[in-house]
Amino acid sequence: MIAIIDYGVGNLFSLAHSLKAVGAEALVTGDAAAILRADRVILPGVGAFGDAAKKLRDTGLDAVVRDIAARGTPVMGICLGMQLLLEKSFEFGEHAGLGLIPGEVRPIAGVIPAGLKIPHIGWNALETRKPHPIFRNVRPGNCVYFVHSYYGANCDDSVIATAEYGAPLTAAVAKGNVCGCQFHPEKSGDVGLGILKAFCEWDGVASC
Amino acid sequence: MITKRIIPCLDVKDGRVVKGVNFLGLADVSSPVKLAEYYSRCGADELVFYDITASAEGRALFTDILRQVAERVFIPLTVGGGINTVSDFDRVLKCGADKVSVNSGAIRNPNLIPAAAERYGSQCVVISADVKRVDGQFRVFAKGGREDTGMEAVGWIARCVENGAGEVVLNSIDTDGVKGGFDLEMLNAVCEAVSVPVIASGGAGCIQDFVTLFKALPKVDAGLAASIFHFGEVKISDLKRELAAEGINVRFNKEDSISD
Repeated sequence: MIAIIDYGVGNLFSLAHSLKAVGAEALVTGDAAAILRADRVILPGVGAFGDAAKKLRDTGLDAVVRDIAARGTPVMGICLGMQLLLEKSFEFGEHAGLGLIPGEVRPIAGVIPAGLKIPHIGWNALETRKPHPIFRNVRPGNCVYFVHSYYGANCDDSVIATAEYGAPLTAAVAKGNVCGCQFHPEKSGDVGLGILKAFCEWDGVASC
Repeated sequence: MITKRIIPCLDVKDGRVVKGVNFLGLADVSSPVKLAEYYSRCGADELVFYDITASAEGRALFTDILRQVAERVFIPLTVGGGINTVSDFDRVLKCGADKVSVNSGAIRNPNLIPAAAERYGSQCVVISADVKRVDGQFRVFAKGGREDTGMEAVGWIARCVENGAGEVVLNSIDTDGVKGGFDLEMLNAVCEAVSVPVIASGGAGCIQDFVTLFKALPKVDAGLAASIFHFGEVKISDLKRELAAEGINVRFNKEDSISD
């Protein structure tokens, strides 16, 4: 069973149904016990970092995510959920993240050339930087759907994919049994479903 | 780099697609769910559903249809029509919409866009403007293009963006239905005035119209059309192949053997 963590941020309808579409049993829940029992956990999120980090803390689910990550359970953060896995964010002030993956969240505006639109919104090619089990079904040139104005900076060795938008923006990160996608796999057609399917089959061991 | 998006628009009334005709061997061509699945398979980058129902029963049917689409189709879904309040945003977002487009609602209530953007984020709020030339000026029209608001369009759209709209659908009433190509002059004026994505709507009659659009106006992010896709005059798979051949960056489905 896959737990989709519900901490009051965003709409989880599509994510839950995309997991069903790849044959997974998904449960949208904010219940710590249910999350701790899950085989895999997805941390979703849209909106502002500070607000989401506070909700995660207020519900006590930040400790739960750290706990399951420490147990070796496969964890995937999506969009803001990926950003929450990093150490800190500079979106409207400075906020602490979960620190499960090195890196910090910074505005795209600082790295891309002037004239490109912000947010980075639409379909862009996923450029894999390192092989990773969640990319098992991804082929060169495959596009995924992005919507974001901030990105993961200084993620160093944890970057497993980027997307070119005037600069190579972090598209996916991974460290041990924890991974994250800046894009929305649940809105990325067959390519996205392939990534979710691979996550559902991943044992959490970063084989590379 | 980011790809140019091709977006079919489906008008839905009382649970059925309006203007849908018998094509492509689909058993039930007026089913929004089947059409959405078909377009997604053909490489549509996003779908727009427009609720043109007037009754409460029709509205409930629409959200039910939307839910069925979102359960099966995993590309971005934009919903418009009958969006007048923040609770209307809530109603369609809960059923799986990713973006909500506002038109007359934003004209009547200037606070709708800022309120929705604050609650759901700008990425969620699309301003859909029906614009027509009147006395040498681009004017915003309301009520499905029937009523001249007297407002100058480019400035009004720019204010909507400042107030929190994250994307613009510009529908030229002058070129809509004519099939003589997109309204490049009007689109250029809006592209120069805003820094958010602009989606061209109204006037597409053939593949070449999309090629011309993206070549003449590189700032335009997407092309939207309805009848030429529904009637099978332009197949999205053919359109994307042609755009790619012209050097325009587009997305192909996982299996690059797109066929009907």
